[in-house]
Amino acid sequence: MNIVVCIKRVPQTADAQVRVDSSGKDIEKERLTFDLNESDAYALEQAVLFKEQSGGTITAVSVGHPDTEDTLRMVLAKGADTAIRIKAEDFDELDGYKTAQILKTVIEKAEFDMIFTGCMATDDGYYQVGVNLAQLLGIPHATLVSSIEIGDGAARIKRELEGGLLEHDEISLPALFSVQTGINVPRYASLIAIRKAAKKEIAAVGQDDIDKDALVLNTQIEELFVPPVTKRAEIFSGTPEEVSGKLADMLNEKGLI
Amino acid sequence: MAEILALVEHRQGSLRDVTFELMSCGRKLAENLDTRLTAVLLGHNTGEFADDLKTQAHRILVLDDERFKDFNSESYQQALSQVIKSENPVITLIGHTAFGMSLCPALGAQLDIPSSTDCLDIEMNDGGLKVIRQMYEGKLDARVRFRESPSYLVTIRTGCFPAEDGNLQAEIVSSDLKAAEPQHLKFIEYLEAAVGDVDITKADVVVGVGRGIKEKENMAMVEEFAGMIGGVVACTRPIVDAEWLPKDRQVGSSGKTVKPKLYIALGISGAFQHTAGMKGSDTIIAVNKDPDAPIFGEADYGIVDDLFKVLPALRDKITELKQ
Repeated sequence: MNIVVCIKRVPQTADAQVRVDSSGKDIEKERLTFDLNESDAYALEQAVLFKEQSGGTITAVSVGHPDTEDTLRMVLAKGADTAIRIKAEDFDELDGYKTAQILKTVIEKAEFDMIFTGCMATDDGYYQVGVNLAQLLGIPHATLVSSIEIGDGAARIKRELEGGLLEHDEISLPALFSVQTGINVPRYASLIAIRKAAKKEIAAVGQDDIDKDALVLNTQIEELFVPPVTKRAEIFSGTPEEVSGKLADMLNEKGLI
Repeated sequence: MAEILALVEHRQGSLRDVTFELMSCGRKLAENLDTRLTAVLLGHNTGEFADDLKTQAHRILVLDDERFKDFNSESYQQALSQVIKSENPVITLIGHTAFGMSLCPALGAQLDIPSSTDCLDIEMNDGGLKVIRQMYEGKLDARVRFRESPSYLVTIRTGCFPAEDGNLQAEIVSSDLKAAEPQHLKFIEYLEAAVGDVDITKADVVVGVGRGIKEKENMAMVEEFAGMIGGVVACTRPIVDAEWLPKDRQVGSSGKTVKPKLYIALGISGAFQHTAGMKGSDTIIAVNKDPDAPIFGEADYGIVDDLFKVLPALRDKITELKQ
């Protein structure tokens, strides 16, 4: 099984202060840390598990800026064989569809049985690139995949619907799977593997290799802003003891404890 | 002006709530653009669905085929692409659901129609189509402008357009389009999630745990606290992914919906995927050290502090009160 994994380096914003920069269209990145997008880590692990089971190679591809090489090295350390960075700096503004068009030009030259992507990126939340890519490559896809069993020329998958319900499907290969978090337990890279990956070459592909003028940009961010406040919790302030006292009294008065 | 299309979503013989939300959104757009809303209904033996939707749209376009009984992204895509080509709608609305996530980006790429996903609001005027989407895990909103196009595809986040009673009298039209046998994707069955010993949807008090709990070892402290106040422990998706709690404890769009008298959110940032399943609770309390956490926009009362300091103090206070 030859597998392509698409990954993205994203800012870790869950516990961070996120501020709009002076352009009004992007965020201030200086104080943020960046890492592999969460569901992409599961996509990579799924590829590594299949490779361990039945051999083959894993090619990791990312459309990203130069620092994406750090993320790709970590991906190599965790089990990918080769890594390709498509130079985001060559392609101006990106959206989900344009990213998919760029990925397509590189991936269509590779030999693959399966493509894995994460189901969404935590920065722009498009849920779009994987499915766009499958359509552009003319292969079937499944989204929100929470289990995959490979059979002869086809895969049995489970995908997560709303309310805890699962959909069980059969899909012919080659296919693209955009995986949900929790499908496996992503591994940590060993120190030896990290050292080995540091010496590997990461291929770079840019505007000399991809026809920039053929790419379509569907959407553009006009403005980023802090969501309007429709409701705001009444905040108890003070030491942990003080706030706990106020909260406990309130709960007691309301008969909730 | 060309029409608005909205895709009817149903599952296991029932219309899904998102369908009515899409119709509300579609009616507003149709009114603003002085055009009509057509509900596109793919299914099998759909008479009852069409009846239920009668006041919701100007027209219901019915594609009846056994192959449309259950959602199949391949056969739905094949049929919808035909419908879009023949109807030339200005906007096609699809729910941002497990179905819509598979369908919309594929249709967009197939038909070369610009699409945007997970939209909270949508506005169309002389300046073209613009949508509001969330980015950076709910911390910022973006106003997004589309390139000029005769047709657009948009998926709408659930809960953004409240379902409303319609006052229309839909014309019901049967389409001649037939379903193609899917070549690559076969639906086998729906599988219900395993049911555990605790039903979080029945509890009056739910203590929700998120990523802020940090270590599996810290779960015991939360269990003890929940037990003390007669509640059950529920959680966000990352806690299930880490296998610290079973799937049936997950609250949110891909988990359970709970509406207890009291919901205490501990170390939960408040991503939409979680709050979708708990915002109907009577009283919501959030403890999170990040003052910008979106959970404080859902909670009634909040404490901005380290939960590992607050929880023991709160336990002691409640113990005092109970004596």
